[in-house]
Amino acid sequence: MILYIMCFFLFLVGVYGAITKRDLIKIILAIGIMGYSVNLFLVLLAYRTGALVPILKKGLNIPASMMVDPIPQALVLTSIVIELGITALMAALAIRIYQKYGTFDITKIRRLQG
Amino acid sequence: MILSQFIFVPLLAAFLIVLFARKKENFAAAIALAACAWILIVSFIAFFKLSSHGGMILNNTSGWEIPYTICLILDNLSSFMLIVVNLVAFLSAFYAIQYINHFTGKWNFFALFMLMLTGMNGVILTGDFFNLYVFMEIALFSAYALVAFGTESEELEAAFKYATMGAITSTMILFGIGILYSYTSTLTMADVGLQLRSGGTPKMIFLVYGLFIAGFGLKTALVPFHAWLPDAHPSAPAPISAMLSGVLIKTLGVYALVRIFFNVFGAPTVVLQILMLLGTLSIIIGGFLSIVQWDFKRLLGFSSVSQIGYVVIGFALGTTLGILGGILHLFYHAIFKSLLFLDSGAVEYSTDTRDLRQLGGLSKELKVTSATNMVGTLSISGIPPFNGFFSKLIIIIACISAGQIVVGIVAALVSIVTLAYFLKVQKHAFYGKKGSAKVLEKVPFAMKTAMIILAALCLLSSVIMIPSIRKNYLNPIVDTVMGRTSYIDKVEPYLDKGSVK
Repeated sequence: MILYIMCFFLFLVGVYGAITKRDLIKIILAIGIMGYSVNLFLVLLAYRTGALVPILKKGLNIPASMMVDPIPQALVLTSIVIELGITALMAALAIRIYQKYGTFDITKIRRLQG
Repeated sequence: MILSQFIFVPLLAAFLIVLFARKKENFAAAIALAACAWILIVSFIAFFKLSSHGGMILNNTSGWEIPYTICLILDNLSSFMLIVVNLVAFLSAFYAIQYINHFTGKWNFFALFMLMLTGMNGVILTGDFFNLYVFMEIALFSAYALVAFGTESEELEAAFKYATMGAITSTMILFGIGILYSYTSTLTMADVGLQLRSGGTPKMIFLVYGLFIAGFGLKTALVPFHAWLPDAHPSAPAPISAMLSGVLIKTLGVYALVRIFFNVFGAPTVVLQILMLLGTLSIIIGGFLSIVQWDFKRLLGFSSVSQIGYVVIGFALGTTLGILGGILHLFYHAIFKSLLFLDSGAVEYSTDTRDLRQLGGLSKELKVTSATNMVGTLSISGIPPFNGFFSKLIIIIACISAGQIVVGIVAALVSIVTLAYFLKVQKHAFYGKKGSAKVLEKVPFAMKTAMIILAALCLLSSVIMIPSIRKNYLNPIVDTVMGRTSYIDKVEPYLDKGSVK
């Protein structure tokens, strides 16, 4: 249980960072932290103390209750790839913004009203 | 009937463009247009063939049976959404052929356009929670890149804002999916619904409701979550604005909300009340903020916030009439809002500005743009022979008959406000005194054709209000949403109930 609470706390750290930080790079990192916490949460769901790999093989009879759940692990792989894409895109945008505005500070990047 | 072609045709087109059409830009446009035309035709075939398949077609994407695999599901609601999305996509792509000459990297544009279409078709067809998330991310990815396509400072700023908000809420949606999985041990939507129905209402479900309302509410641009839309939609090239405002916020937002909350969670009252409140706020705030805008496309962006509120309150009423109104307004808004965005693109193309203070008296020089914009204005403000009248009338009547008198009055009053700010557009852009902006270029043929077709559809799509057509084609869609467990019941026979293979 304590692991889940700490995982949720990590999620909140990410939300806090994304909302309060003024630096584009720090915002990107905060979104990354949110993503990590959700990935951690998915892996925690699959974890089972003392369980083995979920592979069916002749001569190796592991009961289903003694296997870790493979689905969340597959989900985490996919979601890591998606987050990589998002981070790369946002970093590219941040670089272009820096070239145009000469700053990473979001309080100075306000050419749009509202 | 292979459902996966809705996904692989545009995906293949995107990769073909990147591989073979980098030097030949007209070839890129041809591939994109051919892919759009192909899936538009297939979506019409799917819509009319659906009734002979008992109202649902289900394809497993591998040799396993659901819930052990991902499935694609076509029912009345999703086949209707496919037509709306692919129709607007085809016309936007056709318009883009000549519009995009103002930009460099045409092939980039069409490749991203096709990826966005892949994502949207995937969201509509999928029957699996995690797959929904993946397709949503594909559509959003390309949307972020397309918003920044002009690479001017405002466009980059808008894209970063959109990407930040989108990424935070997508993470929330993934978190919600994780919680659901931990409770039900399945990702197939119908199976989740089945287990929640038999297992009572656990406390954790309210956290999931909250995460999903925030997540999909941001994609819908409901009011507390609307801040990105008036920046992002005007910054994109006009055909993309038409796609974003016309269909993206409806597929990733409204459709996903309806599918998840009505079909899977069985329309919990607390969620309907929240959506009702957010929808009403959207109508009021979006409407009044549009009046003070001077940027043509920004005004249309705020107007989208207001109009999407009508769609959401229609569904949130939860009555047959309300859902009918919501579905109709979703369809009609896709048509007239894409028309208006394409018009604003034509004005920007020929005069190089979209500031209403500099425009004026364009009706003599841009005849087609002016005439089609008038049709769009009349439709969105709900003037009788045009389509917007019917959907708004149905929503207002549904509000009053469901006892939500205040919401009905708000909807009727803001409809007048809508007319007011579109008359402002008419006065300052097309009629009135001649402004400082000169017509530099004529609007090319492809752009005119796309606008004329959409304007004709504004009038023609009122035809589905004829009772016999409505009974045959609209009522099954309403029943899909209204019959809260019919989705689960229809998918249940396909579920593999055996033990783990």
